[in-house]
Formats: sequence, C-alpha cells, structure tokens
Amino acid sequence: MRGALGLLVLVAALVVAAPTLASESRPTLGELEGEVMCPTCKTTLDMSSSPVANRIRAFISARIAAGDTRSEIKRKLVDEFGPAVLASPSKKGFNLLAWLLPLVGIVLGALVLGWLAWTWSRRRTGSDAADADGPPGQPLDAEFEQRVDEALARYEE
Amino acid sequence: MSVDASPDNGSRLPKRLAQGAVLVAVAALLGLLVWKVATRDSGGAAARLAASKGAPVAAPQFTLPRITGIAGSGPGSIALASLRGKVVVLNFWASWCVPCKRESPRLQEAYSRFAKQGVVVLGVDAQDFTGDARRFANRYKLAYPIVHDGSGKTLTPYGVTGFPETFFIDRKGMLVGKRIEGEISAKQLAEGIKLALGA
Repeated sequence: MRGALGLLVLVAALVVAAPTLASESRPTLGELEGEVMCPTCKTTLDMSSSPVANRIRAFISARIAAGDTRSEIKRKLVDEFGPAVLASPSKKGFNLLAWLLPLVGIVLGALVLGWLAWTWSRRRTGSDAADADGPPGQPLDAEFEQRVDEALARYEE
Repeated sequence: MSVDASPDNGSRLPKRLAQGAVLVAVAALLGLLVWKVATRDSGGAAARLAASKGAPVAAPQFTLPRITGIAGSGPGSIALASLRGKVVVLNFWASWCVPCKRESPRLQEAYSRFAKQGVVVLGVDAQDFTGDARRFANRYKLAYPIVHDGSGKTLTPYGVTGFPETFFIDRKGMLVGKRIEGEISAKQLAEGIKLALGA
C-alpha cells in the first residue's frame, strides 16, 4: 500500500515537472514573448509591435533555432538590455524581496485573520455563557414575574 | 491621583499597538509617495535646457562601454567627463531607427570636418543589440566613438523621448543651444557646433 502511494507521488511529480523541464530546454517564442519586455514601450513583447520588439523577437527565434535554452536566451537578453528586459525580477539579491514580500504578506494576513477569528470566538463564548447564567444574585421582581405569568396565560388561551 | 489598573487596559494594549503600526505604515507610504513626486526629474536635462532660455545647463554624466570592432572605438569605456575641454555632439540613436540611418552620414561628415577644432561626436546606441550597432557603424563607415546603453539608463536624465536626438556640449561640460529631436540637418549640426565652440 505504502509502495503504491510512493509510486503515485513520483508519477504526479514527473507529470508536473516534465512540461517545465521541456520548456527550459525547448522554449517557444510564444512563451518567451510573455516573459520579455519591450524596452521602449514597457510592455511584454506579445503586446508590442515596435521595431525593437520585432528585433528581439527575431533574436529569440534565432536563438531557439540555434538550440539555446530558455535561461541562456534570457541571460543574453539581460547582457544586452539589462535586467529590466525580464518581465519578472530575478530571484537574487534585492530582487528576491519582490518574490518574498507577497509570501510574507500572505502569511501575516493569515496570522492576523486567525488571531481575529480566535479573539472573536472567545468573546462570543464568554458572552453566551454570561447570557445562559443570567445576572448573578438578582432575584426576579415579584410584580414583573406576575406580569410575565399573566402574559403567558393569555398566550396559551 | 489614581492609577487605573483595570484588566481592560492589558487587553487593549495589543490593539493600540496594531493601530499604531498601521498608522505608521500608512504615513510612511504617503511620505514615500510625496518624496517620489517631489524629486521626480520630469523632462530631464532637455526640459531644463528649454526652460533656461539660452543659459547653459550641466550635462548629466555617464560612463558607458564602447562598442568594439568598429573604426571609432577601441576596448573599454568612455566617461563623458573625460571629454571635458572638447565640444561634444552627443547623439542618441539605435540601429532599428530609420531616421538614424539617414542622419549618420551627416554626423560622420561633421566629425571629420570639425575634429581639428576639438569637436568630437559621441554616439550613444541605446536600447539596441551591440551586434546590430556594430553592423550599422561598419555599414555607414562611422569613425566617431560609439558607446552602448542597452538598458537606456541615460535617456531619462537627458529627457530623451525618441531616436534620434542630439545635444551640444561645450568645453566646460555644459549643454548649450537646442536639443534636436529627430533627424538632424547639416545646417543644425553646423550651427550647434559653432555655438558650442563659441560658448
């Protein structure tokens, strides 16, 4: 049973990893157009038909035909145009913050929500218990009790 | 004088701290926004030159790698400051720019004609492939020095909005005359150079 489960996990991992590995070794122009910026128009290549965007497209096609991997093509573009030519920041140095901060934000948000839910439920339990017990040491007023009994009697008729 | 030691005060402290932290964060973001807007260099040197009504304006400094393998450039880099004492015709261009092809023979002609008077044409090939720039320079036989600014980091300080654009820098490193947007004519070139030589 345990062996079958391990095999299932391995197959699932391969299914997920295979397209990524294929995309790294055999990238397509369409994929890279969404990951590379046009330096003059500040949009991704797939949104631009400017002369420099067309030139970069031709460069990418030539590099794909020459057998370059996705990383190699991106590195050559960064050498020519600087890191801003990539649509997403690199995962190194200061740029790593751009990847980490959203995760930190999500974790902090989850912690705050959890804390709020916990305090709210605790307050709610406390007030429910107080309601169930009634005010301690306060006998019901005799006149008020009589009026309640009369009202209930009328209601039952 | 009395001290309020009710248990409520203890439970309110984290809430107050959280509120304070949020206020500080919002104030910091607002401050950053105000600072960014206040210090924004809109229009760059071109705008300052246009507003100066003829008065010279300091040319933004840069150091950029030379494009090797062409007549006008050896290895290494060029710092604009190293050209102090010469008149500089600073031309921003790219190989994919059509008007750049038409004006480049004029720049080469001016470089040859005024070199003895201490005038240098400096081409800044921006947002372009180095190989394309090299082929361009060899095709049009450009003998003046050309540097490569792939990321275009010099464009904002100069206020360059398109290619080609040309500036004139006098011997003291000050921008003079007018910024020429688009293809420069031989007449504009000669006028700009004479103005910079006389400044």
